[in-house]
Amino acid sequence: MSADARTSILKPMSVAGNPDAPVDTRPSKFRRPHVTVRGLTKRFDDRTIYEKFDLDLPRGQFVSIFGPNGCGKSTLMNMIAGLIPVDEGQILFDGQTIDEIRFGYVFQNYRDALFPWISAWDNIAYPLRFMKVPKAERNRRVDALVKKFDVRINLKQYPYQMSGGQQQLVSILRALVVDPEILFLDEPFSALDYEMTLFMRDQMQRMFQETGTTTIIVSHDLDEAVYLADRILLLSRAPAKVVDFPIVDVPRPRNALTLADPEFNRVKGHCLEIFQQQVGK
Amino acid sequence: MKSKTLDRLRPFIGVVILIGIWQAIVALKIVDPVLLPSPGKTFSAVYTGLFEQGRLAFDFGKTVERACMGIALATVIGVPVGVILGASENVYRSVEFIIDFFRSTPASAVFPLFLLLFGVGEITKVYISAFGASLAIIFNVAYGVMNARKTRVLAAKIMGAPPLQRMLVVLLESLPQTFIGLRMGATLALVLMITSEMLLGAIDGLGLRIFEEQQLFNMPGMYAAIFCSGLLGYTLNLFFFITERRFVHWAGR
Repeated sequence: MSADARTSILKPMSVAGNPDAPVDTRPSKFRRPHVTVRGLTKRFDDRTIYEKFDLDLPRGQFVSIFGPNGCGKSTLMNMIAGLIPVDEGQILFDGQTIDEIRFGYVFQNYRDALFPWISAWDNIAYPLRFMKVPKAERNRRVDALVKKFDVRINLKQYPYQMSGGQQQLVSILRALVVDPEILFLDEPFSALDYEMTLFMRDQMQRMFQETGTTTIIVSHDLDEAVYLADRILLLSRAPAKVVDFPIVDVPRPRNALTLADPEFNRVKGHCLEIFQQQVGK
Repeated sequence: MKSKTLDRLRPFIGVVILIGIWQAIVALKIVDPVLLPSPGKTFSAVYTGLFEQGRLAFDFGKTVERACMGIALATVIGVPVGVILGASENVYRSVEFIIDFFRSTPASAVFPLFLLLFGVGEITKVYISAFGASLAIIFNVAYGVMNARKTRVLAAKIMGAPPLQRMLVVLLESLPQTFIGLRMGATLALVLMITSEMLLGAIDGLGLRIFEEQQLFNMPGMYAAIFCSGLLGYTLNLFFFITERRFVHWAGR
C-alpha cells in the first residue's frame, strides 16, 4: 500500500486526546500491528516456556495478558520489553527493535524501582537525562505532564515520604515522560491496597485515553485485566499458546457501572471459563 | 509543654543517676578513695588537663590526629576495594574466607608483626588501626554493593542510563551499608589506637596518658583520660551519624 493510500484511510480524530495524531478507525483486526512476535522460543533449564510463538499486538490499544500461574505472562512481556533475552525468534515494533524505540516500563515493586536519593520530580525527569534533553526542557516536560494529568502530589518530596499509590503514580509518570511508543505495566497495582488500586486503575485508564499509547499489562486480577483492556491475551499453560484474544467492546471511560455492564461480564465470564479450562489441564 | 521539657531532659536522667551513685559510693567510702576519686575531682582533672596545664590536651590531640589518619587511610583503601569485590559476587566469594578470617582475628594479635614491619614509630599505630578498620569497611561496602537492588539498576538500564550512571546507582544503593562500615571501622580504629598507645612504646596519646597516670597512681588524671577517650569515641560516632543523616537521608526508609 502506498503512503498516500494509507493516509487517505486515516482520518484525524481526537479519540486519543491529541487532535493532530492520525487515528486508524478501522476495526483492530484490519490495522497494521504495532508489535510483531515471530518464532519466539524460550527455555528455562529444561522447561520450554515458549515454542515457535507468534503474536501480533494492535496499535494504540490496551492489551491485558492473562493466564495460569507460571505460564510465562511476565516472561512474555519482559521479552517484548527486552528485559529478558529470547532464545530464538524476533520481536519488532513497526520493524524496529526495542533498542531503537522509546518505551516505558512500570515495575510491580515501586519501592525498588524509584530512586530514593532524588525527589519525585527528579525521578520523573530522570530518563530525559539520557535523551540529551536540556535541564530547562526536562523541567518543562515534567511540568506539562503533571498539569496534563492533574497530579496533586508534592513532587518535591522524596519517594519514601509518599504513600504506595503516590509512588506508583510517580513511576507511571516517569514511564510516560519520554512520550513512549509503547508502555509496559508489570502488575503495577498488586502491591497497593484495594481503595488505591481502584483509584489507580482509573488514573491509568485516563492516561491511556489521553495519550493513546499502546499499552501492555500483566495482571493477576481478572476484573482489572478486563476493566482496563481493549483486548485480552489469554495464554495456555506452558509451553504457552494464545488460547483466545477477545475484544472488550465496552465504551470508555469505564467506571464502577462498567462492572455491571452485560458485555463486560460476558467477556469476563468467557475469560474465566478459558482460564479454568487451562488450570484444570 | 511540661512533658516536652521532660522529654528533652530524659536522656540526662541516667547520667545524673550514675553520677549520683558514684558520689554516694565515694561519700559512703564503699570503695577505697584512692581508687575512686569523687566526680568533682575527676571533672576538675578533666578541665585542668584540657584547658589549664598538664599533657591531657596534647595527648588528646595526638590521638585524634592519628585515629583520623587511620580512619582516612582505611576509608581510602576499604571503599574502593569493597566496591571492586562487591561488584562481582564470584570475586567476593573467592576472597570471603580471607576477609572473614582476618576480620575475626583480634587485631591486637598483629601488633608484634606490625612492629617488626614498620618499627616503633607513630605511623605504625596508624597502620594498625587502618588495618583493623579497613577490614570492617571492605566487608560492609562489598555487601552494600552486592545487595544493591537489582530492580533499580535494571530500571536505570531500561531508561537508557549508560554504564557509568548505572555504576552510580549501585554506589548510591550501597551508601547506607558503607556508612555502617565506616562507623564500625572508626570505632575499631580508635580502640586499636588507644591500645597500641598503651602497649607499643608510645611517646604521646590518650592510651599512654591512661597508662602513665595509672603507674603514677594519679587516679583523677587516669579517670580524666579515660573520660576523654569515651568522649572521643562518642563524638566520632555522632559525627558519622549526623553525616549519614545528612547525606544518606534515605537509609532505612
